[in-house]
Amino acid sequence: MPSAPLSRRHFLRGATLAGCSAAAWPLMSHVTLAAAPGDHRLVVIILRGAMDGLDALRPVGDPDFATLRAASLTGDAPALPLDGFFALHPDMGGLMPLWQKGELAFAHAVATPYRDRRSHFDGQDILEAGTGMDLAPDQVRGGWLNRMIQSVPGMTSETAYAVGRSGLKVIAGDAPVTQWSPDTRVELDDQTQRLLERIYEDDPLFHAAGNEAFDLLARADAGMMDDGDAAGAAALAEFAAARLNEEARIAAFSISGWDTHRNQKGVLGRRLRGLSAALLALRDGLGDAWGQTTVLAMTEFGRTARENGTNGTDHGTGSALIMAGGALRGGRVYGAWPGLAAADLYQERDLLPTADVRAYAAWAMRGLYGLERTLLEASVFPGLDMGTDPGILL
Amino acid sequence: MSSATIAAIRFGYGLSAGQPAPGDAGALSAALAAPDAMAARFPVTGMAGVFPLIREYNQARRASRQDEPGGEDRFQAARRNLRLTMLEGLRAQLMRAVLAPDGMRERLHAFWSDHFTVRAKGVRFIAAPSAFAEDAIRPHITGSFPAMLRAAVTHPAMLAYLDQNRSIGPDSPAGQRQGAGLNENLAREVLELHTLGVDGGYAQGDVTQFAELLTGLTFDVQEGFLFRPRWAEPGAETVLGTRYGGAERARLDEVFAALDDIALHPATARHLARKLAVHFVSDRPDPDLVATLAAAYTAGGGALMPVYEALLAHPAAWVLPFAKARQPWDFMVASLRALGATEAALAGLGYPELRKGIRQPLAHMGQPYQAPPGPDGWPEEAEAWITPPALAERIGWAMALAGEYSAALPDPRAFVETALGGTASETLLGAVRAAESREAAVALVLASAEFNRR
Repeated sequence: MPSAPLSRRHFLRGATLAGCSAAAWPLMSHVTLAAAPGDHRLVVIILRGAMDGLDALRPVGDPDFATLRAASLTGDAPALPLDGFFALHPDMGGLMPLWQKGELAFAHAVATPYRDRRSHFDGQDILEAGTGMDLAPDQVRGGWLNRMIQSVPGMTSETAYAVGRSGLKVIAGDAPVTQWSPDTRVELDDQTQRLLERIYEDDPLFHAAGNEAFDLLARADAGMMDDGDAAGAAALAEFAAARLNEEARIAAFSISGWDTHRNQKGVLGRRLRGLSAALLALRDGLGDAWGQTTVLAMTEFGRTARENGTNGTDHGTGSALIMAGGALRGGRVYGAWPGLAAADLYQERDLLPTADVRAYAAWAMRGLYGLERTLLEASVFPGLDMGTDPGILL
Repeated sequence: MSSATIAAIRFGYGLSAGQPAPGDAGALSAALAAPDAMAARFPVTGMAGVFPLIREYNQARRASRQDEPGGEDRFQAARRNLRLTMLEGLRAQLMRAVLAPDGMRERLHAFWSDHFTVRAKGVRFIAAPSAFAEDAIRPHITGSFPAMLRAAVTHPAMLAYLDQNRSIGPDSPAGQRQGAGLNENLAREVLELHTLGVDGGYAQGDVTQFAELLTGLTFDVQEGFLFRPRWAEPGAETVLGTRYGGAERARLDEVFAALDDIALHPATARHLARKLAVHFVSDRPDPDLVATLAAAYTAGGGALMPVYEALLAHPAAWVLPFAKARQPWDFMVASLRALGATEAALAGLGYPELRKGIRQPLAHMGQPYQAPPGPDGWPEEAEAWITPPALAERIGWAMALAGEYSAALPDPRAFVETALGGTASETLLGAVRAAESREAAVALVLASAEFNRR
């Protein structure tokens, strides 16, 4: 068989999608969007890796907090007082104007029903699937947003790949940018595309991905995304806001990197700045529509109440839900505080959850879209007891 | 379709224009049992070779920070050497996979490297994942799992990735002096990901006790792996009901005893059996196949060859159609094999070509090189890989590769047979005949659903 050597000159052409690293994180940097009747916007941000709620939203008024959390974990910068009992992580200072306007709220000591095994991967599945522990994670089909969309007439969903223009440097990595030559990109001609469409028809998976793939190839001069840093998170949020200003009413995306086993003060600080930048980008991008917007940022579980041996925290249970948006009754921290004395901790180790984080999502959906409680408790979040209305919406 | 074709596609990196398919189950087993010729032919730098580069990096960094004459140049050179060592590792592994007659060993290399995922933390460790695979995985691929587990858990790349090198028994002499303490990360992932599996019946108490038992495992850049008894939490630990340690001076043997027991636990046998069946055969594997593999593992006391032989002997392993998606690395290797890339051509790939032609498109296809999203490694489901942007990149890369070969492309009708060995659909055969050019036809084959499945 013929086998010409791969030439040095041309092999560079492999990089087709000029740095569209949405593909580099197939599970993380896409934005799921849905259209719905009305003007209410709902944005769900999944914080993958288990955010330390005790550090993001610090219960400084709890007598045991100072003993549990020393400067080796939290850093020296003072937390920002909120309501006298709770104080905000200093790296979320950009959100203080939202707090003052009543557009930022929290629910503390919340969790999904997931307990004890403390696996990220199962925890995230449970969070996104929105079911209880009665189903094994791999038997859960479809996330809770999806089930809501199926329940409401007029709602339709799509998955969009955020393609922005920021930060080409990040994808280039250690490759010198000067070598990048977009004009050597491969063109997909009409005939080849038509033939590919035909051969993908027989395989549902390739058929489903094919059409949008051709579209991406056609506009392959796009920039890239990175969801790991503040600029990346903000770019994802900007993209979501732009679509929410069009026909979309619901958006979901995730920000990863919250698994702070080591050097928590540096790592968590960066993530919280990224999350803050994303929330501010949503507010700025949505303009007037911010008044009808509810943002829920939730994580799979919390982290240990005590610092571990490496200036970090290990996998825990209760954490905090972060809420933002002009539709909120904000400027307050919701929930019942369990306390941090050793006997008050879950298994003497973790913040004890006093509420199901899904109940807040359910009450938001009830308020925004008028879903019946029975539907929410039976279909969207099977097995959930929503309890009494915490009144998070105006 | 011949069993040789199924064997090449399902258990190897696909059919090759340069060499015959390896044949049936017996031929695959025989090739695995033979010496590892590819490792000898295309060497990869192990940790013993990487540590001197890291030491030089540390010294050069200090020289640069202190504004010593030539310090900055020295620092830049040290960084470059680490990066080039990483790229040389990539090229060597690419050559092994493209040129191997028995692709199954190379597939197993990828499988076990993924099972024991390590990622580089910073440029200092950028060459460590390849070194890890070479030191801790490769020698044990056809050996025993308990030995691989010991090697993986004590390798500096793993100790650094999962923070074990910073975990210190709080009541140990070092812990008392420094006020240091435990980090559960490695202990948890060994139980959840490497051995028992998340449903393997362990509790939080086992994780904490196991984390205490693992204290003392660390490394430094001078000595490599070290066991420091003064870091070890005093007293015995109970993991899964068995007590380990408790001697006055902690010993590495106690850690190994626990690892050996956990490696041979029935839950580990089930977990490994299921992962192998899912990786090689189907996202929803036949339960009898999984049970058979688990039984072979247990009967062999953790030896891996009997497990592979059981896999190859089971009828469910030969069922069609090909239901898995080739992961991006598999797809690239299979493409280069189908086009008959030669040793000289691959050896001639310079660093810019490896970056632009392999590493960057790998990332765009959703599989950034040696950087899976978490310690659980790459996803298995076809749906995770065949997304619109990833498929777009596959199509573009296929077209670029066909363009590389434009001067010497095979007849497309013959190429379909070379690449797919009779598995092409009538639709694909028709499309190949209708393509405007040889380049387009070859790209169509490489981008087709058939070629992207295994």
